[in-house]
Amino acid sequence: MSGDQWTARLSEFIDGELDQGEHEALERHLMECGDCRESVALLRRVRIRAGALGDRPPQADLWPGIAARIGVHADAMVAAPRSRRRWTFTVPQLAAAGLALLLAGGGTVWVGLGGMHGSAAPAANAPVLASVGRPGGVLVSGHAYDAAIADLEAVLARNRDRLDSATVQVLEESLRTIDRAIDRARLALEADPRDAYLNTHLAETMRRKLDLLRRAADFASVSL
Amino acid sequence: MRNATAREFRLTDDTQVPDETVDVALAASGDGHAFERLYRTHVARIHSLARRMVGPEQADELTQDVFVRAWEKLGTFRGDAAFGTWLHRLAINLLLSRRSKLSKERERFVTGANVLDHQAHRPPQPELAMDFETAIAQLPEGARRVFVLHDVEGYRHHEIAESLGIATGTSKAQLHRARLLLRGHLEPRERNQERR
Repeated sequence: MSGDQWTARLSEFIDGELDQGEHEALERHLMECGDCRESVALLRRVRIRAGALGDRPPQADLWPGIAARIGVHADAMVAAPRSRRRWTFTVPQLAAAGLALLLAGGGTVWVGLGGMHGSAAPAANAPVLASVGRPGGVLVSGHAYDAAIADLEAVLARNRDRLDSATVQVLEESLRTIDRAIDRARLALEADPRDAYLNTHLAETMRRKLDLLRRAADFASVSL
Repeated sequence: MRNATAREFRLTDDTQVPDETVDVALAASGDGHAFERLYRTHVARIHSLARRMVGPEQADELTQDVFVRAWEKLGTFRGDAAFGTWLHRLAINLLLSRRSKLSKERERFVTGANVLDHQAHRPPQPELAMDFETAIAQLPEGARRVFVLHDVEGYRHHEIAESLGIATGTSKAQLHRARLLLRGHLEPRERNQERR
């Protein structure tokens, strides 16, 4: 095959789409043809350049037009945050909280906690929420969960002075993030209570909050 | 005071990621705020795709169309793929269908290749990435669509051929044509590197 005949195949060559025989033949041709070598190099550069192009947002905000077309208000930029309990560092007692979890009845969410053991199963008539899927998962009612959280928060608040400021800051930030995730998952579940993913996500997020508080309380307790 | 390691209580990224799924669920139930968050997350990618596929003059309008369509179709999103992937696929389908209509409505006064020849003689632009984008926009329509889908978006020829209703060989030929036309719009430094 002559050089002219190869010219139209150079992109296929750099994309690895020639069969082995053609590929080897073109490689031999490239050894002899400087023009084709240069073309191959430039075509490769074009491909690389294209793959590296970044995305740019539109110069104008298109959301108001979209909002008008779908019938939502464009002026409310984000959902108003729901009021949530302000987390204060009063020191909770982990043992009491754990007991509260274990004794609580009327389950709504399975929360798995390392180090805690329970074999309770959801009541037949209980709302179907998520099983987090951890061995030793503990069935926790909404009230029991809230009580446990409150206890842990109380313990932490009492021991706030025993934690350094950086730790307190990170802990507060993490808890705010988790609270936002819980709020949003609950909000979404109001719209679609049977969404399996959302149920799992909510249970997992609640478990993370409990776990985080428990670790923080542990940490503070050690320093007593 | 005990010196705690703050890092112990910092959340890892996986706490944040599922938020988009929550927003999808909220938006599917009619929550405009959640949909706005999805819009703001994805608009740059969709607008860039639209700009490259149909040109900057139509990109705003078609980007809006994509998000309106997405709002209408959210109920069909099953979470088999990431929302961004689903949205991107929806955008390509819409852009391709609209492109067919637009191409019938307007004929360029000069061929894309000639325009690119003209572009090649322009003085170097300070923002070369934009110059390359401009060059892409000036490609002949068929070559541009295949180039964007293959080299920018990463689709394979058989996928492109199916989407555009053309033969795989045609897709390959259009891609090669586009790359040849764009060679002249590489940075001079890049061109010189290859000549050494």
